[in-house]
Amino acid sequence: MIEIFGISSQALFGQLLIGLINGAFYAMLSLGLAVIFGMLNIINFCHGALYMIGAFVAWMLLNWLGLGYWWALIISPIVTAVLGILIERLFLQRLRELDHLYGLLLTFGLALILEGVFRQNFGASGLPYRIPQELTGGTNLGFMFLPNYRAWVIVFSLLICLGTWFAIEHTRLGSYLRAATENPALVQAFGVNVSRMITLTYGFGVGLAAIAGVLAAPIYQVSPLMGSNIIIVVFAVVVIGGMGSILGSIITGFGLGIAEGLTKVFYPEASSTVIFVIMAIVLLIRPSGLFGKGA
Amino acid sequence: MSAHAGAPASSSNATPLSWKPFAALALFLVIGPAVIYPVFLMKALCFALFACAFNILLGFTGLLSFGHAAFLGMASYGSAHAAKVWGFTPELAILFGTVVAMLLGIVIGMLTIRSRGIYFANITLAFAQMVFFFCLQAKFTGGEDGIQSVQRGKLFGLISLQSDMVMYVFVAILFFLTFLLIYRIIHSPFGQVLRAVRENEARATSLGYKVEHYKLAAFVLSATLVGLAGAVKALVFQLASLTDVSWQMSGEVVLMTLLGGVGTIFGPAVGAFVIVSMENYLAELGSWVTVIQGIIFVLCVMFFRRGIVGTLSDLWAKRQTH
Repeated sequence: MIEIFGISSQALFGQLLIGLINGAFYAMLSLGLAVIFGMLNIINFCHGALYMIGAFVAWMLLNWLGLGYWWALIISPIVTAVLGILIERLFLQRLRELDHLYGLLLTFGLALILEGVFRQNFGASGLPYRIPQELTGGTNLGFMFLPNYRAWVIVFSLLICLGTWFAIEHTRLGSYLRAATENPALVQAFGVNVSRMITLTYGFGVGLAAIAGVLAAPIYQVSPLMGSNIIIVVFAVVVIGGMGSILGSIITGFGLGIAEGLTKVFYPEASSTVIFVIMAIVLLIRPSGLFGKGA
Repeated sequence: MSAHAGAPASSSNATPLSWKPFAALALFLVIGPAVIYPVFLMKALCFALFACAFNILLGFTGLLSFGHAAFLGMASYGSAHAAKVWGFTPELAILFGTVVAMLLGIVIGMLTIRSRGIYFANITLAFAQMVFFFCLQAKFTGGEDGIQSVQRGKLFGLISLQSDMVMYVFVAILFFLTFLLIYRIIHSPFGQVLRAVRENEARATSLGYKVEHYKLAAFVLSATLVGLAGAVKALVFQLASLTDVSWQMSGEVVLMTLLGGVGTIFGPAVGAFVIVSMENYLAELGSWVTVIQGIIFVLCVMFFRRGIVGTLSDLWAKRQTH
């Protein structure tokens, strides 16, 4: 057994893996927030609730319809995105002309409603969701044991993140999106339906949250509180990365997950506050975040 | 946040109010305990103070903080600890709790005040959550149990506050004086500058005001008075717990202020009374209370942005002109 600073490598790599997994969820959630923020200029406070709904849809598909994990990975994001599109059309669209803080307050209210309804129907304790058959078991890497499902979560979330980044930065549709972020009136004048684009962007960001929810279901338990537990940490991640930056949110998401894991090894008492401490330091040095262009 | 977004400009917060509403408030405070259970009334007054102090920032400076639970909670831990462990008399325990909130307000304020709008909301929320995790782990807070069975003690070492009625008189007087103080501050030249910052920050800067200093002063003032509410609350309930530091509490005060009327003097107090009564009488509905709160939030944002008092004063102003 190798020891580093008096810590066994087993513990170190174990925590690093947990950090990477958490980081994957931070990255996917903050990416969705960044995409939504770029286009709508609101902090989507119900992002956590929609992540929770993503996981619950997977659970319902399995327990009520007998549809397994792989179906859930496709159906749940679509269902949740449709819910998001409804939210945008029914509420957020009517608030576009107002101060953006109203959007934040509205989504906060929606988060309370969604969370309350699920807590009333499913209780506060978690429901189990088993790992799909294909991904059970694990691989011995020599220095540590790597469960297959966790490896899959890391690889798949990286693919989703990089795919989103590529789509926004390097495709024609993405260029419309970036242009509309800069100057919606001009893009509208070129004949692009900006209003529909905003709605679809919100749906897409919400869909990302739902994918994260499905991935999380077998790792954490499916619980009505899972969203509010993670979302405030994700808000801090977004502040550190710089609001609205696509690549920034991916890198800081994974980076802070790892930082949190390492803190758990070397100074466990601080593991729940380390991200906020980093945030305070970043704010002092770079108020607009590591990758932000200016607040 | 501009309180006037999408609504006709109202003069309700520019011109000083007449003495009548204050007399009505005093009368209510005197008659109240004859009709309503004093402990409930004290709870409502604590939350009313919380919301009014919060409104200094949201309503009159235009800054939405989503982390004010940190000040409420830390002050309540501070006063509970001082009263229980150090044996402070209640007025000193409350003073200590308030000072804790003020110091925390200075630290968080200096770190956050340069950010604006959504950024400010997000960053204050994150700092409050940091305070929450600190309270969850620190020894003196008692973790999940909180600080329980705090003695109310004797005011100035003379008057025992053990009876709810005596405590009520103390809380009511404190509330009334603080309420007048907030009113006075808002209508002082300092308050005028704050409103100028809310309406047009660039213009206030160009007129030579150091906007950041004013915003920081408003933030610390708000944090301190929120701390006063928290410190008193700990003695009323003889308990300081994690509920007061949680982000749900930060959301609740936004809801109270929004429902009562952002940027009105009496609005936050009215909103606090409505929300506290709702929680009290609907407690057996469990999680549905959260759902109802969410629905009120959505309705306020969509249709009712002036709040109860704002809408009423708009109607009143309309009647006066006809």
